[in-house]
Amino acid sequence: MTDWTKQKQERARRLEAAAPFVSGKVVEPGNVTALLKSVICSEDRVCLEGDNQKQADFLAECLTQVDPADVHDLHIVQSGLVLSEHLDLFRLGIARKLDFSYSGPQSAAIARALDQGKIELGAIHTYIELFARYFVDLTPNVSLIAAVSADRNGNLYTGPNTEDTPTIVEATAYKNGIVIAQVNKIVDEVPRTDIPGDQVDFVVEAPRPFYVEPLFTRDPGAVTETQILMAMIALKGIYAEYRPRRLNHGIGFATAAIELLLPTYGEQLGLRGEVATHWALNPHPTLIPAIESGWVQQIHCFGSEVGMDRYMSARPDVYFIGHDGTLRSNRLLCQNAGLYACDMFIGSTLQIDLAGNSSTVTPDRIAGFGGAPNMGSDAHGRRHISDAWLKAGREAAGSDGPLVRGRKLVVQMVETFGEGMKPAFVEELDSIALARKLGMPLAPVMIFGDDVTHIVTEEGIANLLLCRDADEVEQAIRGVAGYTPVGLARDRAKVEELRARGVIRRPEDLGIDLLQADRNLLAARSVRDLVTWSDGLYAPPSKFRNW
Amino acid sequence: MEKFTIQAQAKEPLGGERSEAVTGVVASGNLEILFERNKDSLVVTVEVMTASHGYKPVWDAVIRDFVERVSPGGMHISIHDNGARPDTVLLRLMQGARLMEAQS
Repeated sequence: MTDWTKQKQERARRLEAAAPFVSGKVVEPGNVTALLKSVICSEDRVCLEGDNQKQADFLAECLTQVDPADVHDLHIVQSGLVLSEHLDLFRLGIARKLDFSYSGPQSAAIARALDQGKIELGAIHTYIELFARYFVDLTPNVSLIAAVSADRNGNLYTGPNTEDTPTIVEATAYKNGIVIAQVNKIVDEVPRTDIPGDQVDFVVEAPRPFYVEPLFTRDPGAVTETQILMAMIALKGIYAEYRPRRLNHGIGFATAAIELLLPTYGEQLGLRGEVATHWALNPHPTLIPAIESGWVQQIHCFGSEVGMDRYMSARPDVYFIGHDGTLRSNRLLCQNAGLYACDMFIGSTLQIDLAGNSSTVTPDRIAGFGGAPNMGSDAHGRRHISDAWLKAGREAAGSDGPLVRGRKLVVQMVETFGEGMKPAFVEELDSIALARKLGMPLAPVMIFGDDVTHIVTEEGIANLLLCRDADEVEQAIRGVAGYTPVGLARDRAKVEELRARGVIRRPEDLGIDLLQADRNLLAARSVRDLVTWSDGLYAPPSKFRNW
Repeated sequence: MEKFTIQAQAKEPLGGERSEAVTGVVASGNLEILFERNKDSLVVTVEVMTASHGYKPVWDAVIRDFVERVSPGGMHISIHDNGARPDTVLLRLMQGARLMEAQS
């Protein structure tokens, strides 16, 4: 007779082993390490909630304290691997295998651990790709998550940083896994129920609030005139041409400059209400002036941002706000929105090669992907139309074929030289060299060239939709690569021919007045200006306060 | 500090009447460029004082593009680059030429 309930029995066994360390669902902080030892078995798949922003840091610290003789060879499956404790698990031998999406501050440590054989890497995923695998073959046995508050029945209030939690819990709880939440406070009644208590096994009031990193705050004071020029080029050459209403912006300074130019240069171009009305976007403080100027109708967020909560609560017509009055974010749903419901992704990168492939991997650093490959790719399953999507599709098709399907606009903005005069345009991506060195079968490419529609630099726009072969793509890219070695090696006659066809457009071709490329064009020139625009509702983190 | 002069021949004299203009502010960590007009000449003279050594070929390319795009005949241009990137230099040159062309 086949036993069809092995997982259920195993769950019951673990819950029984946990009994000495808990009181109902509540665990004292001092008992957490013993609890983890009793419910986690060697070789389990464990999600130690590390999102783009919020971190189950107390549970992470407790997990590093279990004896590797008792618990070892864990398979870590989580989107963000950003705390030093996450790496400690591998260093100590508690964990061995890793599937993740994003590493940010630990990108150098991950590359080192891979090189030393401390980590057996499954894959570097995009967010929704990893979440998809939670429901197919990477389902967690145990998930250690973070929330703002819990009641004694395990109902959780995540606060504005809901992020990955509902997805993690769904996959774990409905497959007989065990869910443990660290919360900032145990309360009698949660302000709203983001996660129902019957999906949560244990809660612990952590000794300190969970850590959240401000990731999307760009100081307008640091925006350069080159970035302003690039933003003008993008607004006139792409926003005004294609009129994308639904879009996602990356988190770099180039797109922050666009946000700060909407109420000034965008207004001059008559674009208000015509472009950028609906967004899948993190709560960028630099979008405040455009919101306050009536540009934006609606924004759905992947997560929250430090300092933005009160502002967003006061703008419920724009943001998704719970009945309790605070933001509800959701990374899975917002990533899906970015993939299927947006006409344009525009963001920065670090390196672009001659085929338009781009990567943020530098020698000895594996930062992962996060969501950019989903935002920055054409969704072949899309079946609804928009003017922007159809126009891009027609440009790509040229005169070919009676059945033209649309294209998502995928725009890469990059200054030809990065920090320390490092050229952004290269013959070979550093990620390809790194993949060779580490023996990775797939080089970590952020956005493949065949998904990229436009590259914007301070020299102009290369429209790859209008290129008809690989040689044209290469010369179009060289033609905006400025004074980098790749740019200097351009075929000047070919580049002029591409310019005559509108494949390459310079600021003067677009009628841009370079004297306008001045910091006075920014709707806000400092973080303090953003606070003023927000009516005092935006509360910037202290490291951005310089007054 | 490296110092050199680049000369080029423009097709047309730069329009406008202004005799001089300055773009950029060294104090703000940016480069400073002084434009002076030498009437009745098509020669463009660029004097460069640069903090970074070994970039002469890049400067040649920047000045060549500038002369091609703007035709700044008769300009005597002094650049104190303060370590600026070539794209910033070109942007400032183009902005300076626009200032010289403006009706004063």
